[in-house]
Amino acid sequence: MRYLPKSDEERRQMLAEIGAASIDDLFSSIPAEYRLERDLNVPRQQAESEIVEYFRAAGQKNATDYSSFLGAGVYRHYRPVIIDALVQRGEFLTSYTPYQAEIAQGTLQAIFEFQTMIAELTGMDVANASMYDGSTGAAEAVMMAVRVTGRSKSVVARTVHPEYREVIATYAKHQGLPATLVGYDPETGRVDLKSLESAVSVETAAVLVQSPNFFGMIEDIPAIAGIAHAKGALLIVSIAESVSLGIVHPPVEADIVAMEAQSFGVALSYGGPFCGVIAAKEQFVRQMPGRLAGQTVDGEGNRGFVLTLATREQHIRREKATSNICTNQALVALMATIFLAVYGKEGMRELAGHNLAKADYAAKTLAAQPGAKLRFSGAPRFHEFVLQTDEAPATWSRRLLESKIVGGVDLSRWYPELHNCTLWCATEMVTQAQIETAAKVLAAQPVEA
Amino acid sequence: MTTSAKRFTAHPEGPHTLGKVRPHQTQNEALLFEKSSPGKRAYRLPPLDVPAVDIAKLLGPVYRENPGLLPELSEIEIIRHFTRLSTWNYAIDLGMYPLGSCTMKYNPRVNELVARIEGLAEAHPYRPESLAQGILEILDLLQRCLLDITGMDAITLQPAAGAHGEFTGILLTRAWHESQGNPRRKILIPDSAHGTNPATAAIVGYQVENLKSNADGGIDLEALARQVDSETAALMLTNPSTLGVFESQIHKIADVLHAKGSLLYMDGANMNALVGKVRPGDFGVDVMHLNLHKTFSTPHGGGGPGSGPVACKAFLEPFLPIPVLVRSENGPKDCPDAGDWEDTNAEPTADGCPPLFRAPAPRSEGERIGDPGALMLHPPGGALYWSYDRPKSVGRVRAFYGNTGMFIRALAYILANGPDGLRQTTEDAVLNANYVRKKLEDAYELPYKTASMHEVVFSDKRQAARGVKTGDLAKRLIDYGFHPYTVSFPLIVHGALMIEPTESESREELDLFIAAMHSIAREVEENPEIVKTAPHSTRISRLDEVQAARKPILRWKPAS
Amino acid sequence: MPYPSNYRYTREHEWISVDGAIGSIGITDYAQNSLGDIVYVDAPKVGDTVSANATFGSVESVKAVSDLFSPVSGKVIAVNEELKSAPDQINQDAHGTWIIKVELSNPAELGTLLDAAAYEAFIAEETAS
Repeated sequence: MRYLPKSDEERRQMLAEIGAASIDDLFSSIPAEYRLERDLNVPRQQAESEIVEYFRAAGQKNATDYSSFLGAGVYRHYRPVIIDALVQRGEFLTSYTPYQAEIAQGTLQAIFEFQTMIAELTGMDVANASMYDGSTGAAEAVMMAVRVTGRSKSVVARTVHPEYREVIATYAKHQGLPATLVGYDPETGRVDLKSLESAVSVETAAVLVQSPNFFGMIEDIPAIAGIAHAKGALLIVSIAESVSLGIVHPPVEADIVAMEAQSFGVALSYGGPFCGVIAAKEQFVRQMPGRLAGQTVDGEGNRGFVLTLATREQHIRREKATSNICTNQALVALMATIFLAVYGKEGMRELAGHNLAKADYAAKTLAAQPGAKLRFSGAPRFHEFVLQTDEAPATWSRRLLESKIVGGVDLSRWYPELHNCTLWCATEMVTQAQIETAAKVLAAQPVEA
Repeated sequence: MTTSAKRFTAHPEGPHTLGKVRPHQTQNEALLFEKSSPGKRAYRLPPLDVPAVDIAKLLGPVYRENPGLLPELSEIEIIRHFTRLSTWNYAIDLGMYPLGSCTMKYNPRVNELVARIEGLAEAHPYRPESLAQGILEILDLLQRCLLDITGMDAITLQPAAGAHGEFTGILLTRAWHESQGNPRRKILIPDSAHGTNPATAAIVGYQVENLKSNADGGIDLEALARQVDSETAALMLTNPSTLGVFESQIHKIADVLHAKGSLLYMDGANMNALVGKVRPGDFGVDVMHLNLHKTFSTPHGGGGPGSGPVACKAFLEPFLPIPVLVRSENGPKDCPDAGDWEDTNAEPTADGCPPLFRAPAPRSEGERIGDPGALMLHPPGGALYWSYDRPKSVGRVRAFYGNTGMFIRALAYILANGPDGLRQTTEDAVLNANYVRKKLEDAYELPYKTASMHEVVFSDKRQAARGVKTGDLAKRLIDYGFHPYTVSFPLIVHGALMIEPTESESREELDLFIAAMHSIAREVEENPEIVKTAPHSTRISRLDEVQAARKPILRWKPAS
Repeated sequence: MPYPSNYRYTREHEWISVDGAIGSIGITDYAQNSLGDIVYVDAPKVGDTVSANATFGSVESVKAVSDLFSPVSGKVIAVNEELKSAPDQINQDAHGTWIIKVELSNPAELGTLLDAAAYEAFIAEETAS
């Protein structure tokens, strides 16, 4: 029991000072019939070396030497090593919510820097200290729009990440917040503006779109904002690929931006922990969920930071709180802050530019193979694209796996109409050689058994 | 720079002691933006190996020329910046952090190492399940451990934090009631509960009905019996309560609820008092959440990420969020993306799995220790896969499968402890709280005399008579090198001091804390101003929260 | 601070001062004192209707929020915009700082409110308990 700083003798002494005959005296308020009289059925105590070995073996079983074209809301970017070096400092890792501001200025100032950079990147006035992830952030943004407008309906684009939409549906279900889905233009893969226009009414609280959308296409935000605002609805833009903001115009016409910041230096980790964030126009700040760090001064006029506008939160407002969210993803937000400091103004442009170039090359190379073509066109993309193949994805993906390549995600799982369509992503981590190998294998005739 | 003129030293054991932690000795550190100057870089991308593109032309009207006011710095400046900031934080690694209800225990470093193993940290959630069996095995083993720890039948790891777990648990409750023909209207919540409980009930569409605590701070059985009716969906109960008291009438509470068809939801925030000693599933709980960042040592990280798995009884299992982790008894053919692997050249193996699915053979020695039935690290055979075919599911509560990085850490903690270590941990946590209680009850008012489990709640009644409140006592504790306890919670105690030492404190550290608390109590008698104006040892003194809230400054802007 | 005798009061600590069909509504000195430094006032919009005993907004301090209950029913004809930038006016002069003005739809409701003496007795009781 290497984590427990007591000898048995010390335990005996402490019990004696308390006046307890045995440790069981301290558990006497638990009715005897419920006390567990056996060992827990968990593996026996493992040495540290065994623990490392167990997880190494599990990691190896996961197969690490594959090249990957997976994206779809989770993006593989290079993580500068100073991120893990810094976030593993005990002062960041083993502190908690900065309620005692005088001894939490490190966390608070870092959050303030995070809020500033997110506001800058998204073109919004203010950003919060982070949410669980992009999907719950989008759901919270819809609920926020409901509070701001006093309306209950929302209109959600089908080009929003399907799992985000499922989460929004779960949140909306019991709060009486009906959502209408709006389809996409079959040519461009972007929100069908005509359908959107007819779906939005004076009862609409929020229009939610994603850009770049789930197919990788960049939505026409000014046009969508026009449609939403004409009816007094708020526009929420969900951003799943935050690196796009290095070169893609921010959705300044939006009222709320709900973003997933995983791309800013956060490991894929099989889907979490990630870093959602809500940014918004200043006038909506008191309806924002989650924590906010604000600047103020101490008794001598020194600058310092505190958690502020806490009256929105559940420990004060209880059932009337803006949200039940109580934590933020502080350590993950810190990773994002360090990532953005490393790349900075020039680096974000350059990094996003590399992603654009890789994806452009991958799209052209793969679509040039016989029986393959790009599904959507006529609108700008970032680093994802939809490939349509004559051959069933189940067949060629097995061929790719044999060559240690994980190809695109089959879209028919969420979009039955997109037959034989797969969503591919090429970040700066994908090499030209990998793209060419993937194209070659994709084009190869299946070997007859 | 700040308060040298009115700095007071904190010497609980006389002037020869320096006190414990001496934080905040670093210089000031400007904001990243103020340190920035154009042209500095902390990165270098590799040469582009594909043809360069004309970005402005490709993007057309959506092209962004300027990504905003991001800083421009070199690597050493970034390292120093965040290292300096870090020195302004108090942390478990520096000393005792007795923040009640938060279980600020040691965060083992091996957890951090294993969570960063390449095959785990780099796994994309949409990779084929055949390439994710290693991670799925980890999730499966964690699930099985947590089920035995809680005594429940089924579990989802998906919720991202405790409050998110509450949301999921109440969704299950609602879905089950709906399947019985009536979702019911209200949720009962004791007045001692954490504020997330009522906030959660509200977003699942329930009315919140307050349940007054009895004279012991526990559930008033008679009041409960009066309030529970056919429209009561559930009672949300924290056990041990926020007073650190085990509800010794728990079985009767469950009976009262169940007799009216209502469910018992348990907020597992205080599970650190129970692990290995008693199981919620055995005392009548129908559904509960765990906080991996409290009980299972995943780091609090300045406020998150957390992780809030939800465990439930079998009758709630059909409603769990999608997807649910399933072990196929028939081998990989049930795995949807395994394809018809027999058609490939891969050699089928003895257990019917292609090589990627194959679990390492169990080792003869060392795998099964303790009970003969103890869980195996590597169960043989059968592939794990995600099942989406769950028609009664409440749906998804977040994208993907949950905070996997936290699952890895929590499992590493369970493995490091084993059954004996987990039980000893609980016993030490309870021992420490009772030790603090015993040593401080002469100096601080103990509003409820009921037996304490893992935390103890005092009040500032005696000190308030001298004009010193719990918040002041807390700030003064900073000068003695400790993080304050939880202030002003639970709400049923006026001026609460909620102290949870956890098992991670040695007797020496506890004695230092106790001496500090006694010293502060004496200061209240002799010189209350020292306490009311604390802290005096920090880089900055008390901050103006009124100004922060009246005219919020939530981001940096360049001086114009 | 004296409680003006021409005002009427609620048990939720709002006051109303009536001039013809128009009532000005604020919070009492007792309320501002127990809340502490007020940082934000959430008020309805001009044209909204308010109902007697129903909430019409809230006042916030750093660590507390208190709902505002309307003493009367009617239509909001004015909102004190100065409170947006200077909510501390309420702390400085609670009885001289109105939050909203309402056109009364049922002046008979005034009869159910407390007069200054009854309100002072009420808060004396609250303070004692």
